[in-house]
Amino acid sequence: MRPNEVPQENIENVELMNVDKEINLKGEVCPYTFIKSLLTLEEMEIGQVLRVIVDYLPSVENVPRSLKNERHEILEVLQINDTDWAITIRKLAWD
Amino acid sequence: MFLGFTDEQIRRYSRQIVLPNVGGKGQRKLLEAKVLLVGAGGLGSPVATYLAAAGVGRLGICDSDSVDLSNLHRQILHHTHNIGTPKVVSAAEAIADINPDVEVVQYPLRLTSENIMDIIIDYDIVVEGSDNFPTKYLVNDACFLAGKPNVHAGIFRFEGQVTVFKPDKGCLRCIWPAPPPPGMVPNCQEAGVLGALAGVIGSIQSVEVIKFILGLGEPLVGKLLLFDALKMEFHRVMFEQRSNCALCGINPTIKELIDYERFCGVSSGNNQISPSY
Repeated sequence: MRPNEVPQENIENVELMNVDKEINLKGEVCPYTFIKSLLTLEEMEIGQVLRVIVDYLPSVENVPRSLKNERHEILEVLQINDTDWAITIRKLAWD
Repeated sequence: MFLGFTDEQIRRYSRQIVLPNVGGKGQRKLLEAKVLLVGAGGLGSPVATYLAAAGVGRLGICDSDSVDLSNLHRQILHHTHNIGTPKVVSAAEAIADINPDVEVVQYPLRLTSENIMDIIIDYDIVVEGSDNFPTKYLVNDACFLAGKPNVHAGIFRFEGQVTVFKPDKGCLRCIWPAPPPPGMVPNCQEAGVLGALAGVIGSIQSVEVIKFILGLGEPLVGKLLLFDALKMEFHRVMFEQRSNCALCGINPTIKELIDYERFCGVSSGNNQISPSY
């Protein structure tokens, strides 16, 4: 099954965390998973939590690393099903 | 759409959006910015190209000339098939090919004391890349009177200069109260100019415009950057607002636009005395 064909309802079992915003970037690849995460964080307040769902394996490493470089805090990187990963980030830096 | 950007915009500007202190907010500032280019020649070509590529939302382009074969070694916005076409038209076509996000407003005219104020009022910043002294002094005075920053540059043979005039931070007249006498400085037609020099200096102008729009770094205000291509040397000369400047000094004598052809000692149609193109 192609990543972008994974049904929406498969995103589940994500550990309950106080998440302020979630974006589904399934089907998106690097570096756009990072850029869209960055654009979303830009609109959020410092201290708020963003969860990003990706299904592009390189993004599972690249997005947390790049966001850490931008001085945000990576709270969790979790595989949530066969194809999808949830990256949870706390916004720590201004833009 | 993703936070106001199309997927195409996110891809197009991705390398710019990820820059520190740019981000989506910076890209939006660029897309909303309005920049007036005076001249679509050697300097205007790289300026228009980079500003269009960066996604500056509106580019006004003033130029009354048509593309000539002798322009093409330095005016890289124009191509052989554009010869005979008004430069504003050729520029608009080239910009549309680079980035359809950019709106181009064409001014196929020579700026004068009568028309300049109505034009520059619509823009955030002016980029001066004209080829004659009357226009350089006209743009200087009009920008001061209208409170607009003016990214000034000139090129001659193998040398160029660039600075940013910000109202009350010094102007062209603070450095050169008057232009050299007519005929003293040969024009590019006679003296020649290195094509790639226009690229160097025009690119610096576009960097200053982008910095201004984004509020990044230190602008080239009060600093005249001189470039010698043969020695490959840059020198930065500091300058200040002159208290006795006729335009921006304590007791200005120029309170409105004047006759710049007369001021520069040239009659209309015989003003090719400039060091810059």
